[in-house]
Amino acid sequence: MMKDSKIGGGLFPTTQVSVIVRLSSDDLALRFQATESMAAVYWKPIYKYIRLKWNKSSEDAKDLTQGFFARAIEKDSFKSYDPSRARFRTFVRTCVDGYVSNEEKAAHRIKRGGDCPVESVDFNSAEMELKLSELPAENTMEDYFYKEWVRSLFSMAVEVLRHEFTAAGKTTQFEVFERYDLNEDRATGEGSYESLARAMEIPVSQITNYLAFARREFRRIVLEKLREITANDDEFRSEARWLLGANLK
Amino acid sequence: MNWLNDEMVDHLREVSTFPDLSRTPYRILRVLGSGGMATVYLAEDTKLSRPVALKVMDSAVSSEDSVSRMQAEAQIIARLEHPGIVPIHDVGTLPDGRVFYAMKFVQGNSLTHYSQKAAAISERLRVFLKICEAVAFAHAHGIIHRDLKPENIMVGAFGEVMVMDWGVAKILPGAEEDVTTLADFDSTGQGASTADDTRLDPSMRPPLKPLVETMSGTVLGTPSYMAPEQALGQTAGHSRLTDVYSLGALLYFLLTHRHPYEGASVQQIRENFREKQLLRPRKSDPTIPKSLEAVCMKAMAFEPPLRYSKVEELATDVELFLSDLPVSAYEENIIEKAGRWLNRYRFIIFLMFAYMLVRFVLYFLGRL
Repeated sequence: MMKDSKIGGGLFPTTQVSVIVRLSSDDLALRFQATESMAAVYWKPIYKYIRLKWNKSSEDAKDLTQGFFARAIEKDSFKSYDPSRARFRTFVRTCVDGYVSNEEKAAHRIKRGGDCPVESVDFNSAEMELKLSELPAENTMEDYFYKEWVRSLFSMAVEVLRHEFTAAGKTTQFEVFERYDLNEDRATGEGSYESLARAMEIPVSQITNYLAFARREFRRIVLEKLREITANDDEFRSEARWLLGANLK
Repeated sequence: MNWLNDEMVDHLREVSTFPDLSRTPYRILRVLGSGGMATVYLAEDTKLSRPVALKVMDSAVSSEDSVSRMQAEAQIIARLEHPGIVPIHDVGTLPDGRVFYAMKFVQGNSLTHYSQKAAAISERLRVFLKICEAVAFAHAHGIIHRDLKPENIMVGAFGEVMVMDWGVAKILPGAEEDVTTLADFDSTGQGASTADDTRLDPSMRPPLKPLVETMSGTVLGTPSYMAPEQALGQTAGHSRLTDVYSLGALLYFLLTHRHPYEGASVQQIRENFREKQLLRPRKSDPTIPKSLEAVCMKAMAFEPPLRYSKVEELATDVELFLSDLPVSAYEENIIEKAGRWLNRYRFIIFLMFAYMLVRFVLYFLGRL
């Protein structure tokens, strides 16, 4: 579990304004806020990427992850992002590589304090996930970064969904979603809904309806967050297509 | 926050794209494939407990025109009741306005896969004849497919053949004689076919909506199998002969295992057409009989009038070839005639030769 809900207030806002635009704001406070929101999705992929690609220890990767975001705010690093040249996640990965490389050359790191948006996130959870997952091949580190980015985005969306459903008294709906879509041992094919319906003592038609509803909400949340962490409409559409195969109107 | 493993992430990615079918009797099991306009899912019809193929329009193309096109496609398939055309069970609209239809789930392989198994040429030709039958049936009902290609043909385990994906089919305006099932269709004011259907109750049939896109000169179809007039965007020239060309291209593929024209884009195909860069089948495989090559080339003639005038004529030539009889597309020389004759009557000739040999042996034994 995430120990600290400081990142993006724990659950990201549902605003559809791009935080990428605010990342280059002249107002430091606004920039910090935007970086915090962006970091909510990016800190874990960045941490894992640094651990594996740059072969850093857990402590070093933690410092570098924090340092990366702190430096980005201080130096206004994201201002140079040009949406016409690359996707934002590609830009971030390139920035991480540049930052770690420079830090290695400089042979020192400045530990960041309270001005870092990822000061007290649960790095242990990221470590645990690293242990649970299969390590990527050295030549697939870029793909690994993007895969972790998707995982991070989806994990956040699931948490938002849980929060929203609980607040709306739709715990059964979320339970169906959790027991079916978030269960790697789910039964598949014919009869799979029936077994869940029996276990939950609700009709099969309810399973179908609840799942359809939860999936639709999950998709909405993912797309909202995606809109927030992409620079413009073109990038948003392109990422949506890549992520969900979604052809948006 | 619970950790999502790779399987969960992949599953969420997939199910997030599923359409909302909560008000329908269908439940999606998995994606079967997707095209430019729609995605086809394997679904379960929960009322009848049977698998169906569910074609759902993609949200990106949910314009009024594409809605009309999907509805028209469903109606076209519904009217073409033939063993070689996949039957449709249901059509409807999702809460978000997307059209879907459910059709029989056909288990089998596409013609591409079938061809890779390198079945005997006679077997491949029999499959081809079944494709011709289905297309001829559609033509008889005033409908041309316009996207015949290996991916749109399914071959079952027992050689059954289904022509799929009628998404860019066109209803021929003013279709004559036997276009009796297309009542009430007026293709953008260019003519109407209002003859009565003698086999079906007309009151049971909704009027067909015009295929706006298919009448506007837009290039629809798959370049390698498109007739020149189709690739060049000459909508007015689309006719049954357009499908005859594509059938010729399918025959080409079945004979050579190659696409007729290599080239990814319509532009490249156009260039290839202009330069007449079609490699004759025998160039890739010299064992292909000349007469069969001629049948293929006649069906694929650049100028429509030089093609077979009907699918039935093309099929007849293929049947004649299978029966070791002369085909209309190829004039044999005397040696070829003799060779074909010998081949056709090889069993009788063998028996006669064996009989004469026995008589010859007996004759000499009798003289000893």
